[in-house]
Amino acid sequence: MATIDVQDLTLRYGDVTALDGVTFSLRDPGIYGLLGRNASGKTTFLSVLAGFRKATAGAVLLDGRPVFEDPDAMAQVCLIREGGDTVDGSENVEAALSFAQRMRPRWDHDYALGLLERFQLSPKKKVGQLSRGQRAALAVTLGLASRAPVTAFDESYLGMDAPSRYAFYDELLRDYMEHPRTVMLSTHHIEEVSSLLEEVVIIDRGRLLMQAEAETLRTRGATVTGPAEAVDRFATRLQVLNERRLGPTKSVVVYGTFDGDHRRQAADAGLEVGPLPLQDLFVHLTGATSSEMAMTAAGSGGATGAGQ
Amino acid sequence: MFDERSPIYRQIADRIKADVLSGVLQADEQVMSTNQYASFYRINPATAAKAFQELVDEGVLYKRRGVGMFVSPEAAERLRSEHRGRFFSDVLEPMVREAQAIGIPLSEVVRHIEQLAEEVE
Repeated sequence: MATIDVQDLTLRYGDVTALDGVTFSLRDPGIYGLLGRNASGKTTFLSVLAGFRKATAGAVLLDGRPVFEDPDAMAQVCLIREGGDTVDGSENVEAALSFAQRMRPRWDHDYALGLLERFQLSPKKKVGQLSRGQRAALAVTLGLASRAPVTAFDESYLGMDAPSRYAFYDELLRDYMEHPRTVMLSTHHIEEVSSLLEEVVIIDRGRLLMQAEAETLRTRGATVTGPAEAVDRFATRLQVLNERRLGPTKSVVVYGTFDGDHRRQAADAGLEVGPLPLQDLFVHLTGATSSEMAMTAAGSGGATGAGQ
Repeated sequence: MFDERSPIYRQIADRIKADVLSGVLQADEQVMSTNQYASFYRINPATAAKAFQELVDEGVLYKRRGVGMFVSPEAAERLRSEHRGRFFSDVLEPMVREAQAIGIPLSEVVRHIEQLAEEVE
């Protein structure tokens, strides 16, 4: 088991506060989405989780023990960064696997070789000569075959083409079901992975914006379109994240608990209610102007800590 | 594969219910496992498990420990009576509204329904 407790985690680089009092917990096992815009603090958080960086204040606990400078804890966490920069470019792919085999107590070498085949990656090829997509394929191979109790993919799969990404999703799910563990997918592009996620943690400008079950979030957002006045009247009782106008027509993105009664009222008022994909909800929640509102929404909507 | 309008688990539960209603899934027949569902639809197994739990709670499926999930013998009848209860509000009411909105007299709607009924029989 590998329960992760992030407690009031703060990390500063000189004047820059990369993480500011972040607190949340992840149960084991689970596939979690760590979402945030560029420079939101995702990678900094993962570096602390993997024991690469020391927190300025607060801590990340793995099964109740701080990870920093704890070799046992660090061996349990496998962080895969984009491009798989854990290996030296002059080595070949096979050597990269052997290195991982020595580092990772639960490494499955046959599985790793099978993955290389699936991603059509030659073990003899020099790591430095791999294309971006091939480097990404090697990176996810290292992550999956490590079978580490905590495995984090930091945008690692984004460099792969669509067929390889889908192969990765299938492999991740299959291997996760056979060997349940804690998997984190860190990304700002969630469309493809949203159905894989049990829970999402959204970080925005160094702070925890929300933690919620992916399924819960799917019911929390909607677009409402119709005559401007009717839309305004309907939206007064909901949190509006975004609004756009086209002549007499208005379209708003609302956030909140949206039940059957709401839908009926909208239909009666002649309004069109559309679904809001998780990706769009994320964009609106972390948009430059709507972030403050979103934080209020997260609090009043009770999304933070849902599923605990 | 899923729309984002409702939680995925509910969409899966609805699909299984539809299969029970149409007879694709028979009484006491085993349904695919949570993991098979998760792989097939490329979804988190916890999401699939949630769908199954809802169906067990509603009496559509029952669990045989260590074996899997099966269709309750009374599931089809129960779902049919449930749907009968919602038919007028879910199907007929919107149709009548739509007919009024676009100016089709209700007498004409009734005439068409009678015609359809004859064809079906």
